[in-house]
Amino acid sequence: MKTFTLERSDVGALLDALKRRGYTLLGPTVRDSAIVIDEISRVEDLPVNWTDVQSGASYRLKRREDNAFFGFAVGPTSWKRFLYPPIQHLFAMLRAGKSFALPAGTKESTPSRDPKMAFIGVRPCDVHALAIHDRVLLAGPFVDPLYQLRRNGCFVVAVNCTQAGGTCFCASMNTGPRATEGFDLALTELITHKRHYFLVETGSDRGEALLKSVPVSEAGADEMKEARAACEQAQRQMGRSLDTKQLREVLYQNAEHPRWDAIGARCLTCANCTMVCPTCFCATVEDVTDLGGSRADRIRKWDSCFTLDFSYIHGGSVRASAKARYRQWMTHKLASWVDQFGTSGCVGCGRCITWCPVGIDITEEARAIREGQPTEARTHA
Amino acid sequence: METAPDLQSISAEAALSPMLPRPFVIKRVRRETEDTFTLELEPTGRDDGFSFTPGQFNMVYVFGVGEIPISISGDPARPTTLIHTTRAVGTVTKAMDKLRRGDTLGIRGPYGSPWPLDKAVGRDVVFVAGGIGLAPLRPALYHVVSNRERFGKVVLLYGTRSPADILFREELETWRARFDLDVYVTVDRAMSGWRGNVGVVTTMIPKAPFDPRNAVAMVCGPEIMMRFTAAEMIKRGVDIRDVSVSLERNMKCGIGLCGHCQFGPVFVCKDGPVFPYAQVRDMLVKWEI
Ligand SMILES: Cc1cc2nc3c(=O)[nH]c(=O)nc-3n(C[C@H](O)[C@H](O)[C@H](O)COP(=O)(O)OP(=O)(O)OC[C@H]3O[C@@H](n4cnc5c(N)ncnc54)[C@H](O)[C@@H]3O)c2cc1C
Ligand code: SF4
Ligand code: SF4
Ligand code: FES
Repeated sequence: MKTFTLERSDVGALLDALKRRGYTLLGPTVRDSAIVIDEISRVEDLPVNWTDVQSGASYRLKRREDNAFFGFAVGPTSWKRFLYPPIQHLFAMLRAGKSFALPAGTKESTPSRDPKMAFIGVRPCDVHALAIHDRVLLAGPFVDPLYQLRRNGCFVVAVNCTQAGGTCFCASMNTGPRATEGFDLALTELITHKRHYFLVETGSDRGEALLKSVPVSEAGADEMKEARAACEQAQRQMGRSLDTKQLREVLYQNAEHPRWDAIGARCLTCANCTMVCPTCFCATVEDVTDLGGSRADRIRKWDSCFTLDFSYIHGGSVRASAKARYRQWMTHKLASWVDQFGTSGCVGCGRCITWCPVGIDITEEARAIREGQPTEARTHA
Repeated sequence: METAPDLQSISAEAALSPMLPRPFVIKRVRRETEDTFTLELEPTGRDDGFSFTPGQFNMVYVFGVGEIPISISGDPARPTTLIHTTRAVGTVTKAMDKLRRGDTLGIRGPYGSPWPLDKAVGRDVVFVAGGIGLAPLRPALYHVVSNRERFGKVVLLYGTRSPADILFREELETWRARFDLDVYVTVDRAMSGWRGNVGVVTTMIPKAPFDPRNAVAMVCGPEIMMRFTAAEMIKRGVDIRDVSVSLERNMKCGIGLCGHCQFGPVFVCKDGPVFPYAQVRDMLVKWEI
C-alpha cells in the first residue's frame, strides 16, 4: 500500500482519469432532499457543502460551509443497487411449437465485456457490505453470474469517515470508520484552516496505476497522522453502539423473548429496512408472458422477509406475524448470517434505523433482548 | 428516480446459467388420484437422461407461469426418464396438471441433500410417509428394494386422508405382497369397503416390526406429522441421529441465492431438504421460525 496526498482542486482530475479508462462514475449527489448515489460526471455533482442529520426515523440535509465533498454519512441508497439491481431481467424464452427455446443468437457463455463502474465515495461500512455480498453471491456452490460480471468491472474509491452519522455503529461492527481493505483507492478528506486536501491510500495495483495520471504527491508523516486523528474522532462520535459479544447465542436462546412481541406491535412490515440495508440480498422471480403467450420472460426483483408472501407455502405463510418477520430479519442479520457466511450480516451503517418510519432501532432491540434475558439463558451463554 | 447505468446489453447472455431451465418433454402422464399426477419426462435434444440421488428435487418451470420445487419420485437406477409426482394445489401445479404427453416443462436440478441411505446399510429401515410425502421417499424405497440384501428389515408406514388418496397403489400392492417388505397403510377417514387401518400414521409406530436400536427412519409429510413421528420414533428407542426429515419452504431459486427457503441458520434448498432431525428439532418446535 502506498500513501499520497491529493489537493481538493485535483479531485476532478481523479474522476477524469477514471472516465478516460472507460468507467461510468457513480457517486453521491443531492436529489429529492437526500444524498443518493447515482451516475455523476464531474465534481460539481458531488454534495459539496452538504451534510445530513440522522436519527431514528429522521433524515434531513443541512448546509455546511467548508466546501467538503464528503461531509455526510450514508444516505438511503446503497451500492447493491448497481451490482445487484432492484429489477433484473434474467432471460427470455420463446415458444417453439410444443416446446420452448432461448431466442436465436443467445450464447450460453459469459460475455467477454465487463461493464466498468467506478464507485466514488464508498464508506468503510459499505466496503464491508460489498465483501459480504461477494461471499453470498460468489462463494457458494452456485454463483450469480450477473453480479460477478459487474463486480469484476468495479473500481472502488472508498472514503473514510471523519464525521460519524447519528445512527452509525461501524465501530461496534469492526467495519469502520477507516477502510483497511477491499478498495482500489481510499481517500480521507482533511479540512484545516490552512489546507483542504485528501490522503489517498492505494489498495490494488489498479488503484496505484490510476494515480500515475492524477496529480498526487507522496504523503508525509504529519499528513498520515492528521488522517488517522480525523478517523479516530469519528470513532468517538459514533451515534449508536452494539454489544456483539456472544450476540449470536443470545439471539438464538431468546427466540421466544417477550421483547419480540413488543417490536411486532410497532413494526409496520413495510420492508424499508431491508430495501436500504446494503447486505440484504433476498430476491424473488417473476415469470411473465406477452399477450400472445409466445414469449416468456423471467425477472428477478428485490424481495423482503417482511412481506407475507415471502414465506408462503401452500396453506399459509410460515411467518404470518410481524413479530416473526422482524425476528427473522434481525436474527438473520446478527446471528444466522454468521453460520451461513462466516460473518455478521450487519455492517453498522445505521440505514435501517434512519429509514424505519417508526424508528425501530436494531441496536436498541438487541440490547433489550440481551438485558432482558431470562437468567437461565444467560448462564448458558 | 435513481437509475442504474444501462447494462441491459449484458443481461440476456450472462444470466443463462444457473437460473435457466432446460426443456424436458412429457412422455407419459399417469393420474394417481383426483388431484395428484405423475409425469415421466425426457430431456429434449439429448439422451443423457437425468441422474440424481434419492431425496433431491428439481425446480420445475411451466412456460410463462412460474417455477416451483418438486422432488424426484423415480427410480435412481433408471435415470433415462425423470419422474415427478405432483399434487395440484395452486397456480403452477394446476398448470402442470393441464399438460399432456408431448408438452414441455423446464427443469433445473437436481438440487439438495439426499436421504442417508449409506448410513442405513446393514440396519433396519423405516419409511414414514404422509400424503404427497410418499413421492419424495419413493426413490429411496426403489433403492432399498433393488438392493434388498444390504438392509435389515424394511418397513413402510404410509398415511393418507382417505382410501381415494393413496398414491402408487399398484406398486404398494406389489411391495406389500413381498415377504421381505412390511407395508402398512392407514387412512384418516375410512369409507365403506376399506378394511385397513384407520388413524394417524404415528399410531402404527409402536407396533411396527423393526429393532429401534438398529433402525434408521426417513420421514416425509406435513411438518406436524414429521414432528410427531420423530417423537414417537425416539420414544420407541430410535436414536435421534437416525431420524431424517424432508422440509418444505418457499423456494425461488433452489441454489442458495434468493434467501426464501431460510430456516434459522440453514437454507432448505442447499443444506436440505433432507435434514437429520436433531439438526432442526429445536427450530421446528418454535413458533414461526
Ligand atoms: C424441496 C421441496 C420438494 C417438494 N416436492 C414436492 C413434490 O414432490 N410433489 C408436490 O406435489 N409438491 C412438492 N413440493 C411442494 C410444491 O413445491 C408446492 O406445492 C408448490 O410450490 C405450489 O405451487 P403453486 O404455484 O401450485 O401453488 P400456489 O399456492 O399458487 O403457490 C404460489 C407460490 O408459493 C410457493 N409455494 C406454495 N406452496 C409451497 C410449498 N408447499 N413449498 C414450497 N413453496 C410453495 C411457490 O413459490 C409458489 O409458486 C415440494 C416443495 C419443496 C420445498
Ligand atoms: S442491518 Fe441496518 S445497520 Fe446493519 S447493515 Fe443493514 S441497514 Fe446497516
Ligand atoms: S422494522 Fe421499521 S423499516 Fe423494517 S419493516 Fe418494520 S417498520 Fe418497516
Ligand atoms: S430457494 Fe433460494 S435460497 Fe433456497
